[in-house]
Formats: sequence, structure tokens, C-alpha cells
Amino acid sequence: MKQSLFKKPAVQTLLSSLICIVAGLLVGFIILTIINPSGSGQAITTIILNFITRSSGPAKLKAFGNTLAKTAPLLMCALSVCFCYKVGLFNIGAAGQYEAGACAALFMAISVGAPWYVCLLAAAAAGAVLGAISGFLKAYRNVNEVISGIMLNWITLYLTNMVLSNPAIKDPASPYTKPLSSANAKGMLPTMGLDALFANNRYVTVAVPLAVIIAILIWMILEKTRFGYELRATGFNKEASRYAGMKEKRNIIVTLAMGGALAAVGAAFLFLSGYQQWSTTQTSVPGMGFNGIAATFLGGLSPIGTIFSSFFIQSITDGGALINRSLYPAEISDLISAVIIYLCGFVLFFKTVMNGWIAKNEEKKALKAKGGNA
Amino acid sequence: MDAPYAIEMLNITKRFPGIIANDNVTIQLKKGEIHALLGENGAGKSTLMSVLFGLYQAEEGIIKKDGVEVKINDPNDANDLGIGMVHQHFKLVQCFTVLQNIILGVETTKNGVLQMDEARKKVIALSEKYGLYVDPDAVIEDITVGMQQRTEILKMLYRDNEILIFDEPTAVLTPQEIAELMQIMKNLAREGKSILFISHKLNEIMEVADRVSVLRKGKYIGTVNVKDVNEAELSRMMVGRDVQLVVEKEPAKPGNVVLDIQNMTVASKVHKNNAVKNVSLQVRSGEIVCIAGIDGNGQSEFVYGLSGLEPLVSGKITLCGKDITKSSIRSRSELMSHIPEDRHKHGLVLDYSLEYNMILQLYFEPEFTTKAGFLKRKEIREYADRLIDEYDVRSGQGAITTTRAMSGGNQQKAIIGRELDRPHELLLAVQPTRGLDVGAIEGVHRNLIKERDAGKAVLLVSLELEEVLNVSDRILVMYEGEIVGELDPKQTTPEELGLYMAGAKRSTPKGDKA
Repeated sequence: MKQSLFKKPAVQTLLSSLICIVAGLLVGFIILTIINPSGSGQAITTIILNFITRSSGPAKLKAFGNTLAKTAPLLMCALSVCFCYKVGLFNIGAAGQYEAGACAALFMAISVGAPWYVCLLAAAAAGAVLGAISGFLKAYRNVNEVISGIMLNWITLYLTNMVLSNPAIKDPASPYTKPLSSANAKGMLPTMGLDALFANNRYVTVAVPLAVIIAILIWMILEKTRFGYELRATGFNKEASRYAGMKEKRNIIVTLAMGGALAAVGAAFLFLSGYQQWSTTQTSVPGMGFNGIAATFLGGLSPIGTIFSSFFIQSITDGGALINRSLYPAEISDLISAVIIYLCGFVLFFKTVMNGWIAKNEEKKALKAKGGNA
Repeated sequence: MDAPYAIEMLNITKRFPGIIANDNVTIQLKKGEIHALLGENGAGKSTLMSVLFGLYQAEEGIIKKDGVEVKINDPNDANDLGIGMVHQHFKLVQCFTVLQNIILGVETTKNGVLQMDEARKKVIALSEKYGLYVDPDAVIEDITVGMQQRTEILKMLYRDNEILIFDEPTAVLTPQEIAELMQIMKNLAREGKSILFISHKLNEIMEVADRVSVLRKGKYIGTVNVKDVNEAELSRMMVGRDVQLVVEKEPAKPGNVVLDIQNMTVASKVHKNNAVKNVSLQVRSGEIVCIAGIDGNGQSEFVYGLSGLEPLVSGKITLCGKDITKSSIRSRSELMSHIPEDRHKHGLVLDYSLEYNMILQLYFEPEFTTKAGFLKRKEIREYADRLIDEYDVRSGQGAITTTRAMSGGNQQKAIIGRELDRPHELLLAVQPTRGLDVGAIEGVHRNLIKERDAGKAVLLVSLELEEVLNVSDRILVMYEGEIVGELDPKQTTPEELGLYMAGAKRSTPKGDKA
């Protein structure tokens, strides 16, 4: 049974994810070439290699650390989308839940002066409430979670801007919230010595290992527990799970609440690391939640797969920022990573194509064998 | 020279990934004959018709019309060749009139204005010629299923189709309507139309068809003249072995009342009236009570009300002495096993493995879940393997097969095994043999009787007359949401049962609103 390797779902998913990546990079390369052929080779290499292109060892480590610091929140958003997706819900509201997490975490950290773990819990609670609203609307009023999610994304954005514009939280001289290091050092996530590994990059915090552990936990919940069995059954077939006596309405609400908590903790992971401050004048929903969707699909809808896909997406985004600006306009980095992320959504498509191709090949072989015997 | 065959499908082979749906199948339809296509579910009848209709392209083989090879790439080609089909599920616009439905897509217009008079004349002429009486101005949603089917037939005739395909046309009809349809088919054939009649009902084929072609597991078994064979021989050709057509059983020994339903009323989801009106009935242990009726007379809603999938408007349900009127689905399922009507919608989580589906009603029991909430994989596998073995559920990879990849018959066997094995006092079996082949039906019936003999109460909801008469100990006929009669299967005839089912006869008083 040699041929069965390609029929294994895990192998198929991995292969189609790789195909997506290659296709995305190829299209990115073509765009770069059209804009400016002379630098396209170097530019695409920069995108792929990201921190490896840095000049010295410590600089490389530091850049690597930055990528990891931003991978953790992205992974949490991806887990949020992935978890809900397994239950048949498309949590496009992850972006809004992310905002809610940022709002709650920064409010608790700067205004209340709470320690980091309280801030994390507050973020989780805020995201859960937001998710539960979508869940409630879906379960009892049959409002599509995509619609309510998108609307809540905007509502939460301006709500967050409003809350964080409070003079106790906002820096008086800029639109940003006060830097955490000076406002409340207790509110910052501990580095647990990880900073030392990355050339004293203090943005590499406990968030990085924690996100990976949460990914493994989510995988275990979905695959190994009664709770996951019930949620996935609800996702695959709501009617059948009702027939089997599961409370599908409750499951929808619980799922979106959990998804909300995951995305919100992701925001807390970023803003409590001090890497970034919230801009209270921003008028667009942060891309992190949406990138989480791409990471989910690129990761083959598996919580474990999203660990790697999140890192990849974050890495090319950071790599894109390093492109030679004298040859390309500043928007190029966003454009290229957007193209690659866009193509990442095609994992399922490639998987279907691959399955059809395998089946056809097998048939041909079977026919040949038959013909040979006859 | 005039070719003897209206349509020929020669050596058709159609493959799908993993299976050969049609393996070198040849069907030759003579002009003016009724040719039956007989086969179990999954035998490849639908695939073959889809090839004829241009929905699929065959890998091998050719199609000839009047002796000339033709290419059918899509349904439009089929239509141009004069091939028409009455689908199992009618393709009619519910809020249009009969006439509007008939001309849909082939409207004659003058300066962009519909010319209905011409069409009306043609439709009336056709309906008189073939004895297809139907009011051209009646709205589809107001007329009976039999009338709707006539509309479908008129649609084909209006388009001057010469080759008419009937896909399981009797499944939704009353015995009287079936008799009428048979007459219509004979009229059509007499007027020179060629008819392909897809069915797995042997008695109908014996009555109406001239020749019959049999398919089994995608293979062409043969074509015979109907007058040269009997039902037993046909069923052997279809199944490949001898099949017991009549169910053997001892007289029932009813015991205590297990299920007691008083004045149950359930709302309808499609219209404002109640779908189930004031229904009262009892089921005792050791008996099989069957609710007979034509599809859509409130049986589904009755089942939803009983199983808890829909709330009652009013009424009371007592199961084993316990009032379960307001109980959750799960607490009802402790005493009630339920083989649902729609195995894909309710019965299975198709994307789950077979073993996960086997524990769908039991996954939360300590037997399968640890105290910490983890699933016990080994126990689940063992349990599933035992059921698979006992109920002969066949699948590609055993317990880990995705149920979506299994045949309908085996999916049904899995549900039946799951529901019979778990503890229960009442078995609610809703069309348990739907879509199953003759061999599998026999097994299901034997299981139902075994249940009864083991002292369980069995409530069977069925649309199949033969099943109703053969299996049950007591028949309750449901018509427009009411129980209109109670019959003894040993005393009644299909004809009498049909009159009740069609609402022409009733033995119980019209339900008062008490």
C-alpha cells in the first residue's frame, strides 16, 4: 500500500498549503517584476528570509524575536477563527473581539493599574461577551454571525477608541495610549528570561509559549474530549446533533464566546508586551483578526497547523517591510503579503483538485492492471 | 428503413472515483414500448439516466437515436432529441398555474406578449388525447400530488417529447392514483411514445411494462420480456439471491401501554394551520403500530412532536407512565429509540467516522467518556466494531470510515444498529426502509418483529403500503394531520387502505376541538 501516503488527509493538507505558499510567492514575484524588474529577485528573497537578511547575529535574533512577538497574537486570532470554524461558525468578528481585548487589557493595565494576569483575564472576558452577543443573535434570532460580527467590529473599534481616549490612558501629546513600561510595569507580560535568548528583545514574552500551549489545548479539546465531540457534531450537522439531544443553541453561544476570548487574549498578548500602543484615532479595523482567517485556512483548519501558518504569515509581513524602499513604493510590503495571504485561502481548492487528480490516476492504474490481466 | 429502437444506450461505462457506476450497460428502448429499468438503490439507474440526459458523460459506449449515433452534452441536447423526464421530486413552480408551468421555458410570444390561448388549446387537446385530466388554471400548490405529476407529464408532451422517462413515479401516489398513472402510461405507449420506467416495485413493473432491464451493482444483468418472468425471478435478478417477499411473524401479544398520546397538536412550519390535529393513540409493549398515510399528511410533524424536535401546541405524551410532554430530547431518548425519517439530516453526522456516529446518542455516558471529559477511544472502537459486526454494516475502512463515503443502505443499517442496541422501551421507526433494496428491507422488517417479540413497543411510520400491511399489528391512517381510521392489517385490503389514505373514507369522527 505505497500510494496511500498521498491519500492521507494530513499529507494532503500540508501539500496544498505548500502549493498555496509557492503560488502566492510566485504571484508576488510577478507583481514586483512588473513594478520594477531590477530589484524583484532581491525583494522576494527579502520577504521570504525576513530576519535572516539582517546584518549581524544579534540583529537577526532581535528581528526574529519581533516576528515571534507578533506571531503570538496572530496565532490567537487564528485559533479563534479555527475553533469556531470547526463548529460551523465563521468568526469574522475575531477582529472586533481583538479590539475588545485590547480595550479591556489596556484599560485594566493603565487606568486601573492591574497586574498582567488580571489584564489578560479582563481581555478574555471582554472578548467572550462580544462573541456571546454574536452567538446569542445567531442561536435565538438566527442572525448570521458574519453580519453581526462585521457590525460589531466597527462598533467595538469606536468604542475602544472612546474608552482609551480617556486622559488617564491616552498619551497627552500623541494619539497613542501611554507606553506601558512607564504607565504600569506590572501590567507588562513577564519575559521569563526569553528576552535574553533574543538579544535582549523584551517584546518576547510569556505570550509566545502560552499561545503555542493554547493551540495544543484547543486541539485536544476539539479532538479528544466529549465537549469537542459535541461541538464538532453541532458544526457538521446541527439537526443531527439536536436529534441526539445536544443543546445546539448553547453550543453556538459557548463556541463564539470561547472564540471571542481567544482573539481578545491575542490582543492582550500584543499590547501587554509593550511592542505597540493603541492608536485612538484609527479608523480601520485592525488586520490581525482578518489575517487570522488566512492563517486558519493556510494551517489546514488544524489548531496545530495554525502555529506554523501564523508564523509564516507574520514572517512574510515583516519581511515585506524590509524591501528596498528606493526601488518600490512603501505600500509594496502590504500589497505582497496581502497577495500571499489571499492565495493562502485557496488551500481547500488545491486539496480538492489534488484529490480529483489522485482518483483519476488511480483509476488509470486500475484500468491498466485490469487490461494487463485480461 | 425505420430503426426499431427509439433510443439505444450501448455498452455505457461511467466511472466515479473509486467506483464504476455503470459497467458496460446496454439498454435498447423500442418505439412504443414501456421499458422498465429495475435495480436496487445504488445499482446505477440514476447514473444511467443522467448519462442519457447529458448530465454526465460516459467514458465508454455510445447513444443512438433512431439508429443514428448522437452526442448528448447537456440537458438541452436531450430535450432537442425529444427526451423528457418526470423527476421523482417534481420541478414545478408552486405559485404558478398548471398552464403556466407547462409552457415555462417554451412560451410563445408575439411582440413580447405571451400568447396563452394557443398554449391552452394545445394543452387541452393533449390532456384529452391521453386521458390526463387536469384543470389548466389550477394553482400547483392547491392540487394533489397526482395532479402535479400529470402536469409534469403534460410538460413533456407539450414539448413533443417522444421518449419519456419516469423516475420512480409511484413513490408519492395513493393506490388509486397509481392505477390511473399505469393507465396513462399505457395510453402514452399506445400512441407511440416510448417510455422508460425506473422502479424497484416489482408488482408495478409486472403490470405495466413490456420489457424490463435489470441492473445490479452497476452491472447489466439482462433484459427480459415481462410476460416470461414472475416476481420472484425478477427479484432474484435484481438482488442476486432468493428473497423472502412476505414477512413471517407470530400473532402479537400486546402487554402494557408504553406510549400514550392524548390530543396531540403540532404546528406546521409551512402553513398557518396545524400539521397534526388532536391526535390520540396508544402503543403497547409487544405490538407494532403503524401510522400509514401519504407523504405530507402530518407524519413528519407528528414524529417531531413525539421525539421533542418540535414543541406541541397542545396535548400530552406519556411514556412508560412518565409525562414527557415538556421533556428534553435527551431525557426522552433514554426510553425511546428513534430511527429518523431523514438519515442525512437527522440520523447521522456525515462527516464523522462510523464509530463516532455509533455513539451519537451515548457519547456522554460514563461508558464512553472519562470523568475528566475525555472520550474513551478504545471503548468506542470496541462498541462500534461490535455493532458493525452484529448489524452487518459494510464500509471501506470499518469503524474509521467517514459515514459520508458509505452507501445509503449501510448508513441506514448503522442507524438501525445504533438505535436498536441502546436501551429503550419504545422504538419509533420512521420509514426505516426508505431507499433500501429488497434484501436490506427484509432484514429491517425482521429486526422490527424481533423488537416486538422482545416486548418492546414499536411505532412504525411508513408510506409503503406493502410494509404497512405486512409488518404491522395495527394500522392507524393519518390524513391531513388527523387519525382517520384504525384498521386490522389481516382484515383490510390495499384498496380500502388507499381510500382512507386519500381521505375518501374515515371511521373516526372528525376531530372536535376538545
